[in-house]
Amino acid sequence: MAVASLDALGCPSELAPPRGDEATTRDVRAFVQHDRSGAERLELMVEGANCAGCIRKIESAMLALPGVGEARLNLSTHRLRVDWAPGALDPQVIADTLTRLGYGARPFDPEMAQRNIDAQGRFLLRCLAVAGFGAMNTMMFSAPIWFGDDMSASTRTLLHWLSAVVAIPCALYAAQPFFQSAFKALSARRANMDVPISLAVVLTLTMSIAETMQNGAHAYFDGITMLLFFLLIGRYLDHSLRERARTAARELLALQAVTANRIGANGAIETISAGDIEIGDRLLLAAGDRVPCDGVIAAGASELDCSMLTGESLPVTARTGDAVLAGAVNLTKPIALLARARAEHSAVAELARLIETGEQGRGRFVRLADKAASFYVPVVHSLAALTFLGWLLGPTVLRLLGIEAGDVGLRVALQNAVAVLIITCPCALGLAVPTVQVVATGKLFKRGVLVRSGDALERLASVDTVVFDKTGTLTLGRPRLISRPSAEVLQAAASLARASRHPLSRALVEAAGAGSACMDVTEIPGEGVEAIIDGVCVRLGKRTFAAPDAADSTDGSPELWFAAAGMAAVRLVFADALRTDAVTAIATLKARGYAIEMLSGDRVSAAASAAAGVGIHVWRAGVTPTEKTAHIQALRAAGKRPLMVGDGLNDAAALAAAHASASPGAALEASQAAADIVLQGDRLMAIVDALDMAKAARTRSIENLGFSAAYNLIAAPLAALGFLTPLVAACAMSGSSLIVTLNALRMHVGKQRP
Amino acid sequence: MNILVFLAPVAIFMGAIGLAAFLWSLRSGQYEDLEGAAHRILIDEDE
Repeated sequence: MAVASLDALGCPSELAPPRGDEATTRDVRAFVQHDRSGAERLELMVEGANCAGCIRKIESAMLALPGVGEARLNLSTHRLRVDWAPGALDPQVIADTLTRLGYGARPFDPEMAQRNIDAQGRFLLRCLAVAGFGAMNTMMFSAPIWFGDDMSASTRTLLHWLSAVVAIPCALYAAQPFFQSAFKALSARRANMDVPISLAVVLTLTMSIAETMQNGAHAYFDGITMLLFFLLIGRYLDHSLRERARTAARELLALQAVTANRIGANGAIETISAGDIEIGDRLLLAAGDRVPCDGVIAAGASELDCSMLTGESLPVTARTGDAVLAGAVNLTKPIALLARARAEHSAVAELARLIETGEQGRGRFVRLADKAASFYVPVVHSLAALTFLGWLLGPTVLRLLGIEAGDVGLRVALQNAVAVLIITCPCALGLAVPTVQVVATGKLFKRGVLVRSGDALERLASVDTVVFDKTGTLTLGRPRLISRPSAEVLQAAASLARASRHPLSRALVEAAGAGSACMDVTEIPGEGVEAIIDGVCVRLGKRTFAAPDAADSTDGSPELWFAAAGMAAVRLVFADALRTDAVTAIATLKARGYAIEMLSGDRVSAAASAAAGVGIHVWRAGVTPTEKTAHIQALRAAGKRPLMVGDGLNDAAALAAAHASASPGAALEASQAAADIVLQGDRLMAIVDALDMAKAARTRSIENLGFSAAYNLIAAPLAALGFLTPLVAACAMSGSSLIVTLNALRMHVGKQRP
Repeated sequence: MNILVFLAPVAIFMGAIGLAAFLWSLRSGQYEDLEGAAHRILIDEDE
């Protein structure tokens, strides 16, 4: 395919973030790394890159910059790495170029990025490769033993020795993850699934060597390498799922590495990383900047968007001397901030600790596979012990009862006990749940739902109550113009509004569409904007500012007044628009039997109209973050399993306290970090998808666990009675692993929704 | 059965080459970006 056509196509993904001023570029200079050879390197998170066209556009634009030696975009992690000769390039140009191309660029904290290297995953892959090699080559020597009818005992022993040469080093290498985990568990005086696995590996190898030395037939070199191969597949899948979740969390943390502009003693502005802010620093906050730490306004007045902190959708006016909390966004005018706390001691960080506490409470949730293992391990071990004792003492007991029986000896007793351990080794059990979860999260990801961990999926499946936040969750979190002024008035008002970053101004501009901006606009924080157009003074803003003579309205809706000398003032009314599929989503959830509630930090009137709009009957307004958390805890205490859906910092603690939690993609990083699932795009129906998929995954997991149990129920007695041959063991184990994997791949959700 | 003396080492040797190739590909970072690799095939290098 010609690349030109790819470029023309643009980016086909629907998940691309909104363009325009939402993708603000931060100062990236503080994040440049220096490598040993002196070259400079910058890593950036690129938002919106999804296809070959994006890769080519970005990489060729980077290579065209002066001094750039290498530019590589990793589409899996969305990270762009650019290396350039020292001093040849201002790193800010890189970020600006990305923004110009229409992609969002965010700097990465190099230390966080360093920690992202997944050493454990690579080790597991190496073990998997070695086990695969061992299994294949041992099998090559086993096949002639199984199918060669006229083989002499000496040839069989030769082939066993050849198997041993391959299998012993391979098994000892590949079983390291299990040995390590079993050792850790045993030294903590616990037992986990890896204890029987390690025991089976060691016993099987020892017994097979002993058997080979005595020219016997029962050598399980093939079985043990294959067992390790299958177990490692399950282990690797489970690991990569958790790793993906961990990486997502770490990326969120790394992205919070924002910069701040410090005003030096001589008045010079210096860009520093937010972590370097000291108490007493004076910081310059431009319009659009997020407040990096708690502080007091030292100079200037502006309006702050505190919606992420409080849920209140309208901005708050702040003047010199007012206290400001980290996380608020400065909207209108530059202000100087006096830092009162370091960034990590600020209100946002406090919230992060609250989140952690909530997550610890959730840590008590027991995963399905672990539940199964806690039944399984004691049963299997007693069965093996019984087999050993039975074969050893059985003949004596029979003779005492007067039945003729010859002793079988220690060797056969041990052989059969080990056979039980091998055949019941939790091969299918180790694969049963991870495969299902990998398939389910993969499918959900394609539908715009990011699931953060496997046990999140399990918790979602048992949810019975869904609690929604209002602003930003049921609604889009941005006001829309609902009154219909004349086109003339709308255009005139929009030309003023284009000069302001106030949410209501933005909504007005959105309603008016493209047009010219008025040049000489004066913005009075907390009041409105003013300009002289054609010699006439026009004002847009609060009623008291723009039209002091007009009658006050009582409905409490967000409003702007537009007034020009010589004409009547016009009232422009706004409302926070509901998500387009909110009504459908709530109705579907109700039809599925979920109890629905709404908790809002907003005014009663706004909450009431939103609740009526989507059809929620149980709701509370004016709720503080602490009350939200308390309500969730009360629900849990009453035996309910609430799913909290919210986006703001004010929801973060409640999200962490809930049984399961979801967050829209536009939510603040801290909330996304606390949520189990993150919904990309504006669709609320994604919640229904996630709940359906979680239930399907649970059904499939239980089926798989049931199958594993049934398999063991048949195989274990056979092994205990001494009917197990190496061939039967190899077939049974690979067969059961294949069946659980295929069952997991059968997963599907209901029909595709638009 | 004397043929085994040759065939067995040859087979193990060939298996070992496969293992070494995989470990090399793992070390050289070929599994770092599976998604990007799928898309990069569409890009002409010589443009």
